[in-house]
Amino acid sequence: MGKILLTALSAVLGLGIATAEAAEGVEIPSRDWSFSGPFGTFDPAARQRGFQVFKEVCSGCHGLEYIAFRNLAEIGYSEDEVKAIAAEFTMVDGPDDEGEMFEREGKSSDFWPAPFANDKAAAAANNGATPPELSLITKARKNGPNYVFALLTGYEEPPTDVELLEGLNYNKVFPGHQIAMAAPLFEDGVEYADGTPASVEQMAHDVVTFLAWTAEPEMDARKHMGLKVMIFLVVFSIVLYAVKRKVWADQH
Amino acid sequence: MNGMNNPLVKWIDHRLPIFTLMKAELTDYPTPRNLNYWWNYGSLAGITLMILIVTGIMLAMQYTAHVDYAFQSTERIMRDVNYGWLIRYIHMNGGSFFFIVVYIHIFRGLYYGSYKPPRELLWIMGVVILLLMMMTAFMGYVLPWGQMSFWGATVITNLFSAIPWVGDAIVTWLWGGFSVDNPTLNRFYSLHYLMPFIIVAVVVLHLWGLHRFGSNNPLGIDAKGPQDKIPFHPYYTIKDLYGLAIFLLVYAGFVFYAPNFFGEPDNYIPANPLSTPAHIVPEWYFLPYYAILRAIPDKLLGVIAMFASILVLFILPWLDRSPVRSGRFRSWMFKGTFWFFIFVCVVLGVVGANPPEGMWLVVGRLATAWYFLHFLVILPVLSVVERPKALPTSISEAVLGGGDTAAGAAAKPMEKA
Repeated sequence: MGKILLTALSAVLGLGIATAEAAEGVEIPSRDWSFSGPFGTFDPAARQRGFQVFKEVCSGCHGLEYIAFRNLAEIGYSEDEVKAIAAEFTMVDGPDDEGEMFEREGKSSDFWPAPFANDKAAAAANNGATPPELSLITKARKNGPNYVFALLTGYEEPPTDVELLEGLNYNKVFPGHQIAMAAPLFEDGVEYADGTPASVEQMAHDVVTFLAWTAEPEMDARKHMGLKVMIFLVVFSIVLYAVKRKVWADQH
Repeated sequence: MNGMNNPLVKWIDHRLPIFTLMKAELTDYPTPRNLNYWWNYGSLAGITLMILIVTGIMLAMQYTAHVDYAFQSTERIMRDVNYGWLIRYIHMNGGSFFFIVVYIHIFRGLYYGSYKPPRELLWIMGVVILLLMMMTAFMGYVLPWGQMSFWGATVITNLFSAIPWVGDAIVTWLWGGFSVDNPTLNRFYSLHYLMPFIIVAVVVLHLWGLHRFGSNNPLGIDAKGPQDKIPFHPYYTIKDLYGLAIFLLVYAGFVFYAPNFFGEPDNYIPANPLSTPAHIVPEWYFLPYYAILRAIPDKLLGVIAMFASILVLFILPWLDRSPVRSGRFRSWMFKGTFWFFIFVCVVLGVVGANPPEGMWLVVGRLATAWYFLHFLVILPVLSVVERPKALPTSISEAVLGGGDTAAGAAAKPMEKA
């Protein structure tokens, strides 16, 4: 508890700020996303390609805790395809009538399985750093989609004056520039089903589109409803203004 | 109200005159005829409170107040509850809009002298509502159990440890343990559900007090007779409704197109007691107080100054002794310092969002000093030294009398409001 008090106190006094400034030194370029702006919607092709990148590259280390297989129907997979994807995984279920846990094929209602048993196991397998759960990542970072894209494409040779700590990699946008995750994307690292050339930029763009969906699966519906609500309120305001003028006419 | 002739209504009203009360207080209620749109914010605040209570009750049906499930249940509301995202975003942004509306309501009162006799108690109950709102909002922000929820709760509850001798014991008592943990989350949830209903009760008192003497008005003079007032319905019901539609337009804009505008990305990371976020910042509506807290180098004095910045509002009716209510008829010095005071509050908000070092610390200290100077020195002195303009003789004359009002009013000696 003493430690918590101390960190809280240092936060009150503003001592915790120094670490943040390193992160803000780098300009994150803005990209043109299919889902940005009031009328933007997720590009379905990019989102499916992004799922492929996540499944084949990211999911080895990163969880996707809030996405169930059934949710994949929302990004254009048929019921059978969803079942097939789920069936690729083995789930531990139970206890059965004998009180034993047993293994079974994944079902549509299962959530995406975590790659490690727990955070400690994840950290132990990854040089001491726990790979973050990804389904909220674009909401959990400032300027999320642009930041994740910049991070994925931000690996480069360290400047000569930087000495990398053991097991860390140089990334120009990561706070402090030393990141435990090795560069995850390589040219043609996945073979896209639709034949799109898999450059690092393309894969980063696609996986960010997918992760933006996992973070805000309601976004398309939200903007669609928003438009109707806004149109209604504009018309309603005009009507009410007219009524107000009429009611007040004898008072001016 | 034609319904008054309905036999059932008559039968009930004879035994419980609730319809008579509604007719007197909601329909016929005589209201100054000259209220401008700054008077819309009171009803907007009441409606926003209702929206928050309704969406909050719906969220409570799905939310789980436990450290292991709070974050997850919030996400499940967003994803698996029908229109859960809509309910949560309305509630989340509703908190911010409640403060926006109430802050405007308060500044309106400051400019038009709505705290002056005979409305001192009305004003004081308003400040009580503000304090209750702040407690409710603070505890509500803890419930999703994200990183900012946890660390915000830790920082703010720790403020009480500044109290000499008993501080640590009080903090342990607030936490229900030795750190912010499951008991803290549970009691915050319980109180977050309770407090809005206490706010409703104080709002009822606030309205009762309001209806005793009626609304203040932009001229700040008392109504002289029936010609100065009009019935609340239909004049102000329609004006409030029109204002409500415009308000909802802005509110919906954020809910549907920028729902996380007022939030912190860190709160989408589950609470982790072992990892402190780089910046711990409160919600935007607390930033000015946070700046005052951090402007003072001593922890206890900082906490005292922060609370004093709100408590000073309680004695405002006795600090500003000017008999003239409306800023419209006060000197340029009052108007100048009023607008400068708003500017200082905004500056404090910006300072609160930035690290307390270098230039920000200096600006924060100057702004804090000015904040208290405004209430404790400028307003009391101004009310003695300034020469207010002459007041119009009546509301109806000023509103309906045409162009010669100002000239006619100028000839009269200033009345005591």
